[in-house]
Amino acid sequence: MQFKGTVYRCGRDIDTDVIIPARYLTTSDPAELAKHCMEDLDTEFVNKVSQGDIIVADENFGCGSSREHAPIAIKAAGIDVVIAKSFARIFYRNSINIGLAIMECPEAVDAISNGDVVSVDADTGTIVDETTGQTFKAQPFPPFLQEIIEAGGLINRTKAKLAAE
Amino acid sequence: MARPMTMAEKILAAHAHLDEVEPGQLIECDLDLVLANDVTAPIAIKKCKECGTGDVFDPTRVLLVPDHYTPNKDIAAAEQAKIVRDFAREQGITHYWEVGCVGVEHALLPEQGVVGAGDLIIGADSHTCTYGALGAFSTGVGSTDAGVGFATGKAWFKVPESILFKVEGQLAPGVTGKDIILHIIGKIGVDGALYCAMEFTGSAIAALPMDERQTISNMAIEAGGKAGLIAVDDVTRAYMDGRVERPYTEYHSDPDAQYKSIIEIDAADIKPTVSWPHLPSNTHLAEDSRHITIDQVVIGSCTNGRLTDMRQAADVLRGHKVHPNVRCLIIPATQLVYRQCMEEGLMEVFLDANCAISAPTCGPCLGGHMGILAKGERAVATTNRNFVGRMGHPESEVYLASPAVAAASAVLGHIGIPQDLD
Repeated sequence: MQFKGTVYRCGRDIDTDVIIPARYLTTSDPAELAKHCMEDLDTEFVNKVSQGDIIVADENFGCGSSREHAPIAIKAAGIDVVIAKSFARIFYRNSINIGLAIMECPEAVDAISNGDVVSVDADTGTIVDETTGQTFKAQPFPPFLQEIIEAGGLINRTKAKLAAE
Repeated sequence: MARPMTMAEKILAAHAHLDEVEPGQLIECDLDLVLANDVTAPIAIKKCKECGTGDVFDPTRVLLVPDHYTPNKDIAAAEQAKIVRDFAREQGITHYWEVGCVGVEHALLPEQGVVGAGDLIIGADSHTCTYGALGAFSTGVGSTDAGVGFATGKAWFKVPESILFKVEGQLAPGVTGKDIILHIIGKIGVDGALYCAMEFTGSAIAALPMDERQTISNMAIEAGGKAGLIAVDDVTRAYMDGRVERPYTEYHSDPDAQYKSIIEIDAADIKPTVSWPHLPSNTHLAEDSRHITIDQVVIGSCTNGRLTDMRQAADVLRGHKVHPNVRCLIIPATQLVYRQCMEEGLMEVFLDANCAISAPTCGPCLGGHMGILAKGERAVATTNRNFVGRMGHPESEVYLASPAVAAASAVLGHIGIPQDLD
């Protein structure tokens, strides 16, 4: 999968309460959740980002609650990829399970600035900052996770497995 | 002879039907229990229906606990709760608790004997790690993992490295399990145990009652931990025997098991601790926080809503009144805790002190309902997170503390310790 978009840069420990505050968790409708994505961090987030944009963050992105509403809201807000130095583990699983592309690449995070245009090849892990011309290589996923990603998420993989049994 | 393993590795190996596992290994495991609540179950139910026949793998092993927005906060919350209720009835789920029986999930399930040592449990709630206090491997997941778990009884795991926390010596009077875990998170940071299993041991842990052990395991996630385990001992056995509904299995770490690191803590160094906004790792001593005036106190939650917590709060509040500038909310985590509070006369203490007492609910902990903060307001809470906007307005503030510190602060009108009331 190839992606190209403008970078929205944020810091470390971006928690799922700011990604989607609990006051909106009485729905699981992606479009409704997207309206409030990141609003406690930046009330203008939803207006600033466009379809296909990329979030670049420091360590421990997605810490806190297990709410899958967080990656759902990010995806529905138009973000295709999140690149971080590290991810909190439940957010990491949830993103793979629902098909939000995530990449761990500390070097890229250190070099990329807010507003840069970045292209990403999720299959090879290649990240190119088109604004500065720098190229980075993200940590590859283990084959098992690659299989889930290629199946289009955990549900599709499980469906295929159950059908084969 | 299998390689020496930690208790986390042993539980995962047993559920993957392997003689041994090692950190980093990806395995598929059979689950003993899969749970979700009224926020996460609606998506999990949808996913369960998408991936197979739509039926759960075993109606006795899927646990549905509507605790977050119940009693129903508004129409939207009522619709969510109804999805869970309808699914529970349709599937014949044996472990569904209606309002009137329900409690905060991670206090309710151990209390009701649903979880036990050696279990492998996933839950669509990050504080599922609580059951580590009973010697189970339990971890939070999202709704998709839970939905697949509902349908198949299986989940994939990456075997985590373990970190051993040895807390030796005697805690000073008034220092609790909450102070231990806040102290640890302050020391290692909110990602200090990222992807790792935390294992707690030492004479100070051994001396803690089960309720306070659950507080410690509960907050493993706030250090990024995947699980927070405490080996079974006589305290655990006394708690589980006659309570746990299925046979349980004890797993103990081998003496030569490999840990990513071993962190030694002298219990005598731990003092009443408060996490200031906006991270649980932003810890300060309660005695250094006296300048912080407050508007609300919340005593409850899956972290500190058990009987021991209620007793500790009541011991401080007895004979005092909540400061006129403070709303003090008491939320016993389960119906049984509520009843025990009544039987022990704790409710009278709370009422005499001008506290408001609520039915069991997660409510204000996640900024859901029953005690939301206005702009600029500050709360001391016995809960687990103090992120931006966690309990209400994005410009409100949450300070995390033990029940004793929270109760003392309620009387003082600012953060303080019980000795300040003398």
